[in-house]
Amino acid sequence: MQKSLHIDPGKCTGCLQCEMACSFEHTGTFNPSRSFIKVFTFHDEGRFAPYTCTQCDEAWCMRACPVDAISIDFSTGAKVVSDDKCVGCKVCTIACPFGTINYSQATGKVVKCDLCGGDPECAKACPTGAITYIDADWTGYDRMLASAAKSLPSAEATA
Amino acid sequence: MSWTRKILRVNLSEGSCTPEALNMEWAMQYLGQRGLSSKYLCEEVDPKCDALGPENKLIMSTGPLTGTMASTAGRYSVTCKSPLTGAIASSNSGGFLGAEMKFAGWDMVIFEGKSEKPVYLLIQDDKVELRDASGLWGKSAWETDDILHRTHQDPQIRIACIGRTAENGCLFAGIINDRHRAAGRSGVGTVMASKNLKAVVIRGTQGVGNLEDAKAFMDAVDAGKAILAENAVTGEGLPTYGTQVLMNVINGVGGLPARNMRDVGFEGAGNISGEAMNEPRASDGKPNLTTKAGCFSCTIACGRISTVDKTHFSVKDKPQYHGASGGLEYEAAWALGADTGIDDLDALTYVNFLCNEDGFDPITFGSTVAAAMELFEDGVITTEDTDGIELKFGSAEALVAVTELLVTGEGFAKILGLGSKRMCEKYAKPELSMTVKGQEFPAYDPRGIQGIGLNYATSNRGACHLRGYTVASEILGIPVKTEQTDSDGKPELVKAFQDATALVDSAGLCLFTTFAWGMDNIAPQIDAACEGDWSVESCLEAGERIWNMERLFNQAAGFTADDDKLPKRMLEEAIKSGPTKGQVSKLGDMLPKYYEIRGWTPQGVVTEETRRRLSL
Repeated sequence: MQKSLHIDPGKCTGCLQCEMACSFEHTGTFNPSRSFIKVFTFHDEGRFAPYTCTQCDEAWCMRACPVDAISIDFSTGAKVVSDDKCVGCKVCTIACPFGTINYSQATGKVVKCDLCGGDPECAKACPTGAITYIDADWTGYDRMLASAAKSLPSAEATA
Repeated sequence: MSWTRKILRVNLSEGSCTPEALNMEWAMQYLGQRGLSSKYLCEEVDPKCDALGPENKLIMSTGPLTGTMASTAGRYSVTCKSPLTGAIASSNSGGFLGAEMKFAGWDMVIFEGKSEKPVYLLIQDDKVELRDASGLWGKSAWETDDILHRTHQDPQIRIACIGRTAENGCLFAGIINDRHRAAGRSGVGTVMASKNLKAVVIRGTQGVGNLEDAKAFMDAVDAGKAILAENAVTGEGLPTYGTQVLMNVINGVGGLPARNMRDVGFEGAGNISGEAMNEPRASDGKPNLTTKAGCFSCTIACGRISTVDKTHFSVKDKPQYHGASGGLEYEAAWALGADTGIDDLDALTYVNFLCNEDGFDPITFGSTVAAAMELFEDGVITTEDTDGIELKFGSAEALVAVTELLVTGEGFAKILGLGSKRMCEKYAKPELSMTVKGQEFPAYDPRGIQGIGLNYATSNRGACHLRGYTVASEILGIPVKTEQTDSDGKPELVKAFQDATALVDSAGLCLFTTFAWGMDNIAPQIDAACEGDWSVESCLEAGERIWNMERLFNQAAGFTADDDKLPKRMLEEAIKSGPTKGQVSKLGDMLPKYYEIRGWTPQGVVTEETRRRLSL
């Protein structure tokens, strides 16, 4: 069974624990500028939104790469960049419709979410449950549950 | 280590920026942030200097944990001599700027001298430069933030800046970072303006990675986060209601002052409480609270993001305030609300927006307005003095008008901007200023809560709850309950809270963690991140050392035991009603014992022996 990162922006407080956990896992430093997940603040709306790679099945980045540096990790479904093959041409960064694969000046390669090999640090670090790692087939489960609860006849009738 | 071991010295008179090695000998004694920057200030600045002269210095500093994953570890301090009090000032702020300074590779920035023309400091990792800020002078903190983001075309820069009140010489102007976090108290923004420094812009990409023992650190961090999540205050009360969780609690126990502290207990408290912020409004069906927000690395998220009803009189014709922004926290809600007798939540929220937009301290401002209202009601001042504003207790319209006036720096704003002590002296009613060392009280009555009164009287930066929050023990029972109206045992309690707080601030952590964490949770995080021995004992000793060093600065500035006092109202006018009826502050019973356990003379002077014991 594969899992997906699931993001509920309504629960995010903008604390950046996810960015630090991500950068610490991948670079050994607490460094949001090198995190593969990014939290956006929409100040006037009073909203926060974490955003990262959705691991598309037909991944644009993977198809665009001229040196086959991006491959599928079949245990997790993650599209993973091989640093040995990547030449830093950045074509994938143009191909990705979501902007979630980016060039890193520090390494000269492109970088993206790799699901930490199946145990994503961002989800573990998130203090509010805004980022979870759940059954890839059931990312709508919570919303279905909430809708189902609303469809109940009335609180009194079911009490 | 976890310090970057690098500080930046910016000489504004010469226009130079010079990197320097951090004095690690001092870091081992004073840890970082408040403690370490105060050490630099004490070594480099004459305590008798003019706070607004070029000889004062302004130090922005991080702690060794700032920028790490320890919960709440994003804080920085601004340290200088205060123009409001003449004492040492160290104002602490959250948001994201402190961590960014660390990511850029700097523990501390020391500003000295005075620039001939307005400038701002741009830090991009190792690259630092002073840039012309002529076009930013006269702009609010929000406009400055917008313009700098546009100028640099980088959404990821972090900005700290001053607004118009600081430029106008208001003595309680703060420094705003990330639009609505503030190094708010004691006029540190006024000092920044006196140096012609408008803003500090930072982008850091180096991160923090030099932990002494990474595995032990992450274990301690995870354990700490779990404790915060499970605690009733940090895991539930603060995330749900923010610090505003306190409004009804403190009012209920007879600790909430009202109307310039003439009364204790405010009948409108419920209307301006955390609970009220979460309730849908009758007018537009939306709650005042839009969302909760965390500062950098914070797993508590007490921050409030609020929206004012678009049809409310305060913002009706001002669409620029219709969006969400930093909402009320408890101290602001009390000072702007209960202390002025105003229970209009949306009006207070709008005024709070203005405090952020133009960078001024809502506690001192609200309390100064409250004192002006008492002067007005007593007939000492009239509408002729107040530019026509009917400054009556309970009038939200008057508060809004006087706040908009303050931002202009015109007319009565010139007097309000001096703070309540100077204002009340000017009108020959000094007894109406609710201050210690010239700084206004926060939201806890020293008659109804005895320990906090002793803390106010002895706080090194003037009246302040954040120097020794004994309310935790006296009201909330953390770590153990003490009787709020007893004075016995309070000197010991106040000293313990003051010393521990000095250390928490100096680490780069938020004081609010201590609702759940003891020093035995904090010391292991510092010890794993930093070189040196940071046991519970050595942390508490460093805290005590910092406290005494601040006291020595104030002594050298001319402060004596005579300045460790509360206004006559607190000592002689008993609480008129409610659960604490009949109480006055028993400061006189507590102070001698406090001096004794601090190792000071009966006159409050730090003894040679104490200096030796603490290596001062």
